[in-house]
Order: sequence, then C-alpha cells, then structure tokens
Amino acid sequence: MRIVATDCGSTTTKAILIEERDGVFRQTFRGEAPTTVEDPFADVTLGVTNAVTELQELSGYKLIADDGTIIRRASVNDVDGCDMYISTSSAGGGLQMMVAGVVREMTAESAKRAALGAGAIVMDTIASNDRRKPHEQIQRIRELRPDMVLVSGGTDGGDTKKVIEIAELIAPARPRPRFGSEFCLPLIFAGNKEARTAIERIFSGEGFALSIVDNLRPTLEREHLGPARERIHDVFLEHVMAHAPGYDKLMEWANAPIMPTPGAVGDILQTIAKGRAINVVGVDIGGATTDMFSVFGGIFNRTVSANLGMSYSISNVCAEAGMDSVLRWVHLDMDERELRNRVKNKMIRPTTIPQTLEALVFEQAVSREALRLAYVQHKAFATTLKGVQQQRTVGDAFKQEEAGKSLVDNMALDLMVASGGVLSHAPRMEQTALMMIDAFEPEGFTEIAKDSIFMMPHLGVLASVNPRAAMEVFEKDCLVILGWCVAPRGEVRAGKPAFEYTLTRGGTTLAHGQLVGGEMRLVRFALGESGTLEVRPEKGLDMGAGAGKPISREVRGGSVGIVFDARGRPLKLPHTQAERRACVEKWLKSLEVYV
Amino acid sequence: MAKAYTPGLKVTARTTYRVRRLLPVTGDVRVKVGELVSAETVVAETFLEGDVFPIKVAGMLGANPNELAALMLKRVGESVQVGEVLARSKGIFGMMKTEAKSTAAGTLESISDSTGMVIIRGAKTPVQVRAYVAGRVAEVIAGEGVIVETDALFVQGIFGVGGETWGPLVIAVKSHTEDLREELIVSSMKGAIVVGGARMTAGGIRRAREVGVAAVICGGIDDADLRDVLGYDLGVAVTGSEKIGITLLVTEGFGDIAMAERTFQLLLAHAGKLASVNGATQIRAGVMRPEIVVALEARGSSEIFTGGATAGILDIGTAVRIIRDPYFGFLGTVSALPEQPAVLGSGSKARVLEVALESGERVTVPRANVELSST
Repeated sequence: MRIVATDCGSTTTKAILIEERDGVFRQTFRGEAPTTVEDPFADVTLGVTNAVTELQELSGYKLIADDGTIIRRASVNDVDGCDMYISTSSAGGGLQMMVAGVVREMTAESAKRAALGAGAIVMDTIASNDRRKPHEQIQRIRELRPDMVLVSGGTDGGDTKKVIEIAELIAPARPRPRFGSEFCLPLIFAGNKEARTAIERIFSGEGFALSIVDNLRPTLEREHLGPARERIHDVFLEHVMAHAPGYDKLMEWANAPIMPTPGAVGDILQTIAKGRAINVVGVDIGGATTDMFSVFGGIFNRTVSANLGMSYSISNVCAEAGMDSVLRWVHLDMDERELRNRVKNKMIRPTTIPQTLEALVFEQAVSREALRLAYVQHKAFATTLKGVQQQRTVGDAFKQEEAGKSLVDNMALDLMVASGGVLSHAPRMEQTALMMIDAFEPEGFTEIAKDSIFMMPHLGVLASVNPRAAMEVFEKDCLVILGWCVAPRGEVRAGKPAFEYTLTRGGTTLAHGQLVGGEMRLVRFALGESGTLEVRPEKGLDMGAGAGKPISREVRGGSVGIVFDARGRPLKLPHTQAERRACVEKWLKSLEVYV
Repeated sequence: MAKAYTPGLKVTARTTYRVRRLLPVTGDVRVKVGELVSAETVVAETFLEGDVFPIKVAGMLGANPNELAALMLKRVGESVQVGEVLARSKGIFGMMKTEAKSTAAGTLESISDSTGMVIIRGAKTPVQVRAYVAGRVAEVIAGEGVIVETDALFVQGIFGVGGETWGPLVIAVKSHTEDLREELIVSSMKGAIVVGGARMTAGGIRRAREVGVAAVICGGIDDADLRDVLGYDLGVAVTGSEKIGITLLVTEGFGDIAMAERTFQLLLAHAGKLASVNGATQIRAGVMRPEIVVALEARGSSEIFTGGATAGILDIGTAVRIIRDPYFGFLGTVSALPEQPAVLGSGSKARVLEVALESGERVTVPRANVELSST
C-alpha cells in the first residue's frame, strides 16, 4: 500500500508519502512547494504537482504523469504510482463562517462548537442576547463576507419565535459570500425543527442556498453536533472548494473528501485519544492564529484564537498580554522601546527569523504568552453544556458540579502535542518543552510531544479511510516524544522540600532526588527507555493521587527526558524584576535550554 | 527543488502603472475608454442598499404576531418617516387604541406574522469611486469600474495608515537621514504630500495634522508615536480605513531608520508635482503595501505594474536590504550564496547569504531576513 497525502496551506503545500512495509505503515518521504491558489497561478493543483514531484525525486518512484496528474498503480507490485491520494486544505484563509443562535451561552455556543469542530474560523456569533442592538447585528452581518452561515436556536418542540427573529435579521441583511459575489450564500439551519417551514419561507428568496439538518441542541441537556458538522463539510466541498481555483480538479484526484486542515487535525487527535483512552491537548501556533484542540473524557473541543500568532499577529500578542507579561520570561537585558519597534517590524515583515540568541529568547517569550492566552480562551470555551438544569442529590451538594464548568483539567491531562513554527523549529527540544510547560502549566504526570513535520492534517484525513495506517504513522513518525513534565498542584514554599522522586527499572534505581519549592530539574531519560517513576509530594501538594499522597507511573523516555517542576501551580513568578530574572535564569540553566 | 522567491518593495523612476478602480457593488461607469482623468474625476458610482431597522410592532401593540397584518396602517413598499404611525391596535370596544410608531425612516420591507417584527429599509447611500491618479482610462469593466493607466514614478512603502489622498509633493528635509521634526512643518504645507528623511517624530506628526498636511512619507516611525496617532496599539497590519485626518507612510520600517537614498532622490526629483498616496497595508492573504504614485508625462514605459506583492530571485550582486536585527535597515549587495545551511547565533539552522554592506563590511544573515532593495 502506498499513499500520497497533501496539505494545501496558505503559503506552502506539504506532501508526504506513506508506505506499508513488512505489514507496518511508515511515513517515508516528504516534499513541499509554494501553494498556487493565488494569482498568477490560480490553480491549487500546480502546487500539489510540484510538492509530489519532490516526493518523486526523493523516493525514486514515478508519481506524476506527463499531464501533471498523480499516477495510480494497477497493482501493488507496480514500482511506480500510488494506491491512494488524499488531501486537506486551509488555502485562501481556510473555511470562514458566521454562526447564529438564540441564547449566546446555549444554542449559539453549540453552533460555534459545531463550526469550530468542522475546522472553521468563526468570524462572529450572533445571538439574541449578545448585547448588540438588532440594527447593529444587521450592520455586522452585512460587513462580514463568510463562506457559509450556520443558524441554530431553540430546542425541538420549544418556542419558535426567537429563532425566527434571528432568521428575520439575517435574511434582509443579505450577507454576501467571500468568493464570487454572484453565488448564493450557503446557509445551514440546525435549530428547532418546528421552525423549519418558517425558515424555508424566510430564506426562499434570492441570495441563499438553504439546507436543513437535525437540531444541534435538540434538548437543553443534549448537544447533537454530528449532522451539522457533516453538512458543513459537504457545503465546504460543494460550494466553497468548488469556487476556489483548481479545487474541482483536486477533488477529482482525491480518493476521500478534502477536509479543512484544522478539522483533520481534530480528527486525528480524537482518534488517538480514543485509541489510547487518554486526555489530550494539541496546539498549533501559526503566524496569524493559534488553534487549540482538546479531548477530555472523550469530548472534543477546538478553539481558534484569531489574533494570537507569532508573525502577522505578534504585535497583538504583546498588546493583549502586555509587554511586562512577555518580558517576565526573559533573562537578558533588553531595551523596551527597541523591542516594541522590533515587534512591529516582525509584524510588517512576517517571514523573518531570529538571527541572534537575544531575538530567539524574546520570540520564545512572546510564544509563551500567545499559548497561555489561547489556552485561557480554550478552557473558557471547552465546558460542560450551559443552561442545563441540574438535578442535585444530597451527595451532589458537596461536589458543587455546575453547568458550564471547564472540561479542561490539567491534572487529568495525559499528553500535550506541540506544533507550529516556533515550537517545531526551536533549535533545542528543551526550548519546546519549557515553552509548553510555562504556557500550559500541566499538573501531575504529563507527556510532551511535538508534531515532527506538521503531519497531523494528513493523518486526520487518512484516519477517515484507513484508521490503522493513520494510527501507526502517528505513533512512529509523526510524534517526537520530548519526555515528561512532573509537577505538583498546590502552592510551594520557596526553598522548602516539595517532593521526592525515584526512577527505577527492574529493581534498579536509575535516578533519585528531592526538589525544593521554586526549583526545576531535568533528568535525562533517553528515547526508547522506560521505567517506573514514584513521586512522594509534601503535605498540601498533589501529584494526582491526592494532597501529600505518593504516586507511581510508568514513563517512557524522550529527546528531553523528565522535567521535574517544583514551582507550584498555579505558577507564580517573583514580583521584583531582579528576583524574577534570577529565577528564570536558574530554570533555563537547569533544563539546559540555551547552551 | 521549487524556486524560492525573495520579497521586495517596488521603487522605480518610471513604470506604466495600472490601477483598478472598482465599485463595491455593481453600478454605473461614468467615463469611457481613452478618456483622460484627473485624480479627482468620478469614474464610477452606485448606491449601496440602505440600512435595515427591525421594529417589534406586534410587541408594541400587545398583539399576536399573526394579527399584525390586519393592524398595519402601512403596507410593504410604502415609505415611512420617523414617528409615523405604522400600526394601531383595535383597542377595547374601539377605545384605548395603542399606536406603534416608526423609529426609522425608509421603506417598509416586510411584516412578519411569526414574530410580529416589521423591517424598515433606510435610504440608499451613494458611493463614488474617483480615479485616484491622473491618467487615461485603459479599460472599462461594465457595471464595476475602470482601469486607469499612467506613466508614473512608483514607490512602494512597507507600512502605512490612512487611506487614499493626493496633493503636491513637498520635500521638508535636506537629506534622507534627517528626521522630520516639528519645526520643519510649515502652514504652506496644507494639503501637501510631505516627504521627510528618516523618522517622523511625534512632534512632526502632530504639527502636520494641525496644519492639514494630506500625507507624510518618511523612512521610519516609532511604535509609541504610531500608538499616539491611532489611540490604540495596532495588533495586526491591516490598515487604510483609519479616520485620523492624515495618511502616514514609512518606506523602511519601525524605529530610527533613514529612507533609502535612492527613494529619497527619486521623490526629490519630482518635488512640486502631484502625487497620489495610499497608506492601506495588508500583510496577509493578498498582500497590499502602501504606495506613492507620481503621474508623469506619457512616454510609454514597456513595464506594466499593477501593485501588490513583488518578488525576485537572489543572485550575486543583487541589491538587498536587511530586514531583521542585528543589521536591521542595512543596505548592500549579495556577495555569496552558500548552498549549505549554517548555524545562526540563535542556534537555529537556516540557509544564509553574505551581504557586502555599503560600509564595505561583509555580514552573514539568513536568506529569510533580506528583501530586494530596488525591484
């Protein structure tokens, strides 16, 4: 079996070759070429052909026919060609949607979750209670140029008036589609089924291509996002992709429907979380946006932080976090005025890279803040359903479980996956690990990995046609295991014992030590090794078994090793600049971050 | 291997500049192919659909939505004024009737028997598109607009704020290395495109706004001064719609940085001529850089430029500008292009090139950190 997979990004089209050898799927070659969606090429398949041509040159197999198409083998014994071609796409800014619902915290939020889960960027969420006046909402709808609109609202059999009101605001606003002003704007209705007749009447005029699917919130207690997500994918292919240059050909080439890139990343993370029965957080930090994915207790969530990124949006990260927050991670002397000008220069020339160590330290400090802010937004969005009436028993009175509680629990988190330039291309793996630890503050035992060459999109779409191949490549070639972060929840006392650790294998002690509050330590534990790690936290500190209780876990090695973090959670840095700088310098040295 | 293009900014003494002047929605084109236009000539116009005002009339009358049609005094398509009665309730035995008055002027567009909401559509808004540069109408795009063509001096900047404007080109400084200070701006510069040398200072910008200068062009600007002008910290470089009464354009970047001497000399040579300036900048998806266009007498340049991103291939001898610290703003020529990636001071591995600076010094920088200095 030989599979060619591409991801057509905004700037680069990345191709990988996956081959089954000795019964195991492995990623064998990769190639890339500039994406060719924009003028003067205006045909996405040219970039795909160029990227696959690189695969052809590297692998020695003929994969591209004389007419530029991808060759398929008649039999697995043929030397040339492939058996399957699949692709994802985020070119041209990805899938951009407007969503609407009746109550912001309920149906509108469910609609937003459906759109984000399908891989869209949500441009705005319109709701009856979004604190804007109706004419302001209409003005906003008119300004937006979405690829499609998702309207939700009401539970099945409930009141129809409010959802019809929302529809009556959208229809006269006549939002125009982003591509091709002559085309009808696709609009998906996934609300109260009793309102369908009225919805059909309201959107029957010119300008809309209406489709109706099952209510995404049939009852307050239940979210049913599947049909809406599937319809978004269909509309993405039928309307959005069909109007993008060259995609009609690309769709013909592909053996599986083309997926929006973030949707595919979400799918592979869900597959992994399910397959290994773990909780996962994934992040992809780009130049303009940061995508966060999580699977906790089997529930998937995705958020896009639209203006948190490392180049186009770097200035926004500094503005939103504040320069003081960025500089708290920096151990070198830097002139603030000069830094501010440098940030703006990066914003207007986004493709430049840090040449000096000082520039790298600063960019990695910015990334911590971008990741931290994106995670805060993600935690606030990935919650249990809001608006659900709780039936409490006497026992529940002590649990204080409330609707709208974040699903993200850093103690329950098993695996963090890092991707995106600043994390993937950091000169040292220790830098990637520490950026993730500082930004996400994992608790207990958490494994850290990075996506080696941003292969997750390819594997997401592969999972839809060959889950075994996707899983095998993910484990063997996609993830680079960095190691573990072991950190207690709770407040530590500076200089006082925090916890003891013992790493053993088959009765032999490999490492043993004690950390005091505020300390970090790196124990090298190479890739391929495994062992048992026992940790005994001090009173008041929790490593996952409860405050002060010892805990043992099987751990495997990684490129970095085991990072013991006794800084406490939530992470607090000293108040004075001199103390803070001394602390940061000590941590960087302990972990051999910049050597 | 795919070819790697290096970005650059277009700075040229003469080019055939073509600009698309399009309406946001279809309308009427007011000029013909071949017609000569000035920057102010209206080339196309249309009307944008009016604003929409929803009014919950049934709620105001205390009536059921499905009764509303019978209570309406105004019909779909009729015009209404603010305060005009839209509907009246039946009252109790014909007494105590309640009236619902319009809160907006326009045309009654729809009456909903599901929600009891009435939609009023406001008056259409006229939109005019001007030629922006003096030149000749090269093409008419029916119902959409025109393409205006002119021989021009063309300078692409790196960043700007504020939209399109035009006026006489006035050089306020003696050299490309001189900052634009407050005392260099005089009242006669009202409506002018003022060229400074290096950084536009906070005082210089303030004075230019007081005087009514149309646009200021300099090598650099300080981040803090931009924040003062805008009233907020710019997060993403998508600009052009700011309402700040002036257009600002920088040719090199942020900080203390002189305008490239060639750019300054080109502008200096055309002092007094009418220049068109657009500060609009967009770095993502369809790159747009700010620009200065000075229409020249037609001589028929062979090269045609339509704006947008420019790029070229690096070669030995190519003139480049270094666009990242520690050599930010330095100009020079490519003196070596090593094939193998090199380890940078940051510890990263990247493809590099060697630049012979104007001072004679040779420095090694990542290929990603240069742009073509005159394309």
